[in-house]
Amino acid sequence: MIRELNVNDFIYMLSAARWTLLLSVLAIVGGGVVGVGILAARLSRLRFVRLIAFGYIQFLQATPLLMQLFLVFFGGTLIGIRFDPWTAALIAFSLHASAFVGDIWYGSVEAVPRAQWEGAYSVALSRPKTFRLVIAPQALRIAIPPTVGFLVQLIKGTSLASIIGFVELVRAGQFINNSTLKPLFVYGFVACVFFVICWPLSKWSQALEARLAKGYAR
Amino acid sequence: MENFDFSSVFAAFDQLMIGAGLTLRLTVQAVILGMVVAIVGAWAKTSGPNWSKSVVNVYVEVIRNTPFLLQLYFFFFGLPALGLRLTPNQAALLTMVINLGAYATEIVRAGIEAIPHGQIEAGKALGFRPLQIFRLIVLPPALRIIYQPLAGQFTMVLLGSSVVSAISANELTSVANSIQAANFKTFETYLVVTFIYLIMVLVFRALFNLIYTRSFGSHTQTNRVPGL
Repeated sequence: MIRELNVNDFIYMLSAARWTLLLSVLAIVGGGVVGVGILAARLSRLRFVRLIAFGYIQFLQATPLLMQLFLVFFGGTLIGIRFDPWTAALIAFSLHASAFVGDIWYGSVEAVPRAQWEGAYSVALSRPKTFRLVIAPQALRIAIPPTVGFLVQLIKGTSLASIIGFVELVRAGQFINNSTLKPLFVYGFVACVFFVICWPLSKWSQALEARLAKGYAR
Repeated sequence: MENFDFSSVFAAFDQLMIGAGLTLRLTVQAVILGMVVAIVGAWAKTSGPNWSKSVVNVYVEVIRNTPFLLQLYFFFFGLPALGLRLTPNQAALLTMVINLGAYATEIVRAGIEAIPHGQIEAGKALGFRPLQIFRLIVLPPALRIIYQPLAGQFTMVLLGSSVVSAISANELTSVANSIQAANFKTFETYLVVTFIYLIMVLVFRALFNLIYTRSFGSHTQTNRVPGL
């Protein structure tokens, strides 16, 4: 049954944006928590711990996000749990995000000049204290722009959750399109909503990066 | 755990290899065509007329700030409404080209703009012709700057290609979808396919690194965290 596109359809799609946003926020928080662990493992003194963290990052960065989502969604049954799309998406996107932010943050720590470590050691700071008081504050400044940039990637990536049946923006658009057959309007509108969310974040990330570059040029 | 069974997946290994081949072909096609878009886009943004700069800007920003899956649906379901009917494979390639084109435009533009203007003027002062300036002065350092980001972007194309299974275009993930529908070993099938993607990406990267060291010498050593 084909019906006309009406105002309620747009309200429905707009309200579905909250699931896109909620999934993105929870995934970046979950990813951030696991990511700190990954960063700690990457900075460990034990070689095999570093190797495990490195392998984890490599695996999640060199396999498709869609496959990661499928593996979590269908993998639950192996341990006797049937994940609903919400849980599967949250786990998959958090793990995915943890590998990327873990890598970004490690890169930021590495970008702090080596002399900063040596200087801190020479005034007898311990390794944890050096990290906390000297390295982390400097690395944080470097880490923020690419982390915001990754958040944009993550928000766009959450659209893949629609494939396993999670109702977010794209899925809501599919529902409306199926009953109205106005793909240009419907998907165009969904694209506008994504753009309104992502574009300011992209610009913010670029502005932060430009400011950082200026600071270093001084 | 006891019903963890790969035998039916490996029985379909020939199909998976064909799927992997299709994924590679789609990726290579998208990369070649996407680079044509990117070079035109970067030219328009750096030396084209003002109107073309705005057009390219809008194109780049819109594509980079909306999901690939949505772009795919827009072209596959939307273009027929304008009278242009595409097969899933055509829609997949079109979306991949347009998507890569936007990201690569920015990368190529950054490479061109990174060449100090004084070097180009020095070339003119030495009596180089425009083509010589481009080939001998601008191109070598620009290629070196854009090489790594572009290689990363090409890898993203390969990884992102699995999404086109959503409109049943022919590639590795859709092959996996039909295999698991027949053998009911869903997890096992996707696990094997994930590793096929992993191997393809690792080979891709190794190849890109080899070409890089052959053309530009070895990587510069970054400053390492002490004690690791």
